[in-house]
Amino acid sequence: MLTTEEKHQIDHEISLVPSPKNACIEALKIVQQSHGWVSDESLKDVAEYVGMSTAELDSVATFYNLIFRRPVGRHVILVCDSISCYVMGYEVIRNQLFEKLNIQYGQTTADGRFTILPNCCLGTCDCAPALMIDHDLYRNLTVEQLDEILSKYT
Amino acid sequence: MEKPLTQHIVPGRKPLNLKEYEKVGGYQSVRKILKEMSPQEVQALVKDANLRGRGGAGFPTGMKWSFVPMGPDAPSPKYLVANADEMEPGTFKDRVLLEGNPHQLIEGMIVASYAIQASISYVFLRWAYKLAAKEITQAIHEAYEAGYLGNNILGSGFNLEMHLHTGVGRYMCGEETALLNALEGKRANPRAKPPFPQVSGLFGKPTIVNNVETLCNLPHIVNNGAEWFKKLGLTEDAGTKLYGVSGRVKTPGCWELPMGITIRELLEEYAGGMQDGYLFRGLLPGGASTDFLVEEHLDLPMDYGSIQAAGSRLGTGTMIIMDDQTCPVGFTLNLQHFFAQESCGFCTPCREGLPWVEKILMAIDKGEGKPEHLLTLDFHTKYLGPGNTFCALAPGAMEPLQSALKYFREDFERHIHEHHCPWSKSKAWQPSI
Ligand SMILES: Cc1cc2nc3c(=O)[nH]c(=O)nc-3n(C[C@H](O)[C@H](O)[C@H](O)COP(=O)(O)O)c2cc1C
Ligand code: SF4
Ligand code: FES
Repeated sequence: MLTTEEKHQIDHEISLVPSPKNACIEALKIVQQSHGWVSDESLKDVAEYVGMSTAELDSVATFYNLIFRRPVGRHVILVCDSISCYVMGYEVIRNQLFEKLNIQYGQTTADGRFTILPNCCLGTCDCAPALMIDHDLYRNLTVEQLDEILSKYT
Repeated sequence: MEKPLTQHIVPGRKPLNLKEYEKVGGYQSVRKILKEMSPQEVQALVKDANLRGRGGAGFPTGMKWSFVPMGPDAPSPKYLVANADEMEPGTFKDRVLLEGNPHQLIEGMIVASYAIQASISYVFLRWAYKLAAKEITQAIHEAYEAGYLGNNILGSGFNLEMHLHTGVGRYMCGEETALLNALEGKRANPRAKPPFPQVSGLFGKPTIVNNVETLCNLPHIVNNGAEWFKKLGLTEDAGTKLYGVSGRVKTPGCWELPMGITIRELLEEYAGGMQDGYLFRGLLPGGASTDFLVEEHLDLPMDYGSIQAAGSRLGTGTMIIMDDQTCPVGFTLNLQHFFAQESCGFCTPCREGLPWVEKILMAIDKGEGKPEHLLTLDFHTKYLGPGNTFCALAPGAMEPLQSALKYFREDFERHIHEHHCPWSKSKAWQPSI
């Protein structure tokens, strides 16, 4: 069930476009904002609300890298795996993260704290290697900084 | 040296707010065009200034605008979109403008909208640019309050709405027709052309998509004129350019410099040369989808014509340096992994070809390559090249590949003959899932 607040936000997005369907990505973002991801149930609710079939909406949802169709942890770590970070040795950072958190790409820690995902260029290549946790960008990373960075997220 | 685009940008400092921006001459160009110029005159001025699109293709901006239907019978509304998707690996120039001076972008968008008589405008911003989103939201709000946006701007009768739209992550959203689909709430597959967006774009209405840096140039062209703009460039291309350097150099960064500065000056004077212990081997001049250049090209001016004549493209003007301790096969594999992952899957050569290329490169990188693999790669550079795919993603992907096979072929062959990667670094490479 969409909450009143979610409906209210989606209605605003619908008011800006010719047809409710055109607001479907915004609607998915709104639902993901409150639940962390888009479950089958949420997908169905949104599809009904904007007048699309679930299959049609899922084809949109699964197209985009940052609409999560599977549950994620409380914090999502996006590791830049593109070229400048590659040249600057991002693999060392990635491997350390895998080891410290005992997970691989696409997995969530047992305590539900972190999910780690690869992400393409974060647009801060002069400060490579880089990663993002939720809304926070970290640049010029070294492995020594990782513990302190991770400790900010509970 | 004049730096119109970045003169008010101080790294680490909050961008100018509307009042401060007005104090240094901000929004003068809006006053000027609304009072003194017809839309056609603004178009002619930008054409005269020889402004070329900074989004990668270098298409002349005035000419692009001239395809938009004008006059009382033109379809309405018309749209203007600022392309702030910036997901080309190795590219970080628009971020500087977005975070550093959002009012300059808004001012440029008003000029462009007036020139094509658009009444609705969007900033299409990539998800990852959180700070930019915050600054732009604030700046749009201020511009509405001050009457630079909304109805009857400065009493001129011209109306313009502006919205910020943040994407949900897909390189294809930067391709202008795919961007329009994303804005309409669809998969970001590109559209068939014709009709071109200038005639039938967002919601089927005339639409111009311009890059952030392109738009930021407009207020300065209006204020200072076409001749001034042309003289900023050192070669036949006009204006300044935001250049960037990343990789194993001493001081990587982004600088606004006259169009046509040489690669060597950028690399040595601005980026400080290679880090100690690293030697230069090659570079991609303007993002991941440009051809490698090597030592012999270092004295070329970084402008559209010179880089094209050398077999590459200026692209976004942000170069990625490959050093001697980075494996050229691993470097190329990293790029092809990106393109294979970001292919939208709409047309077969790209959807099937890029993963095939990635698989072969992975085999070579692991020491499992066969001599005939190089021929298969050569063949792909032709079959995924211009004209064979639905959009420019696949041909763009082939640019670094074909040039790597040309300049670093011996390194590819060594992997195959020695059955392992001579650079231990790339052994740590693990493809993402
Ligand atoms: C796969 C792909 C991705 C692109 N990404 C961007 C981008 O992120 N930003 C951009 O300005 N142009 C991008 N472009 C180029 C746009 O299609 C378009 O040419 C450009 O926004 C036009 O602006 P300009 O005329 O001001 O250069 C991309 C093109 C392709 C094929
Ligand atoms: S070339 Fe690739 S990205 Fe472009 S339409 Fe074809 S499949 Fe999609
Ligand atoms: S390549 Fe990692 S931030 Fe650009």
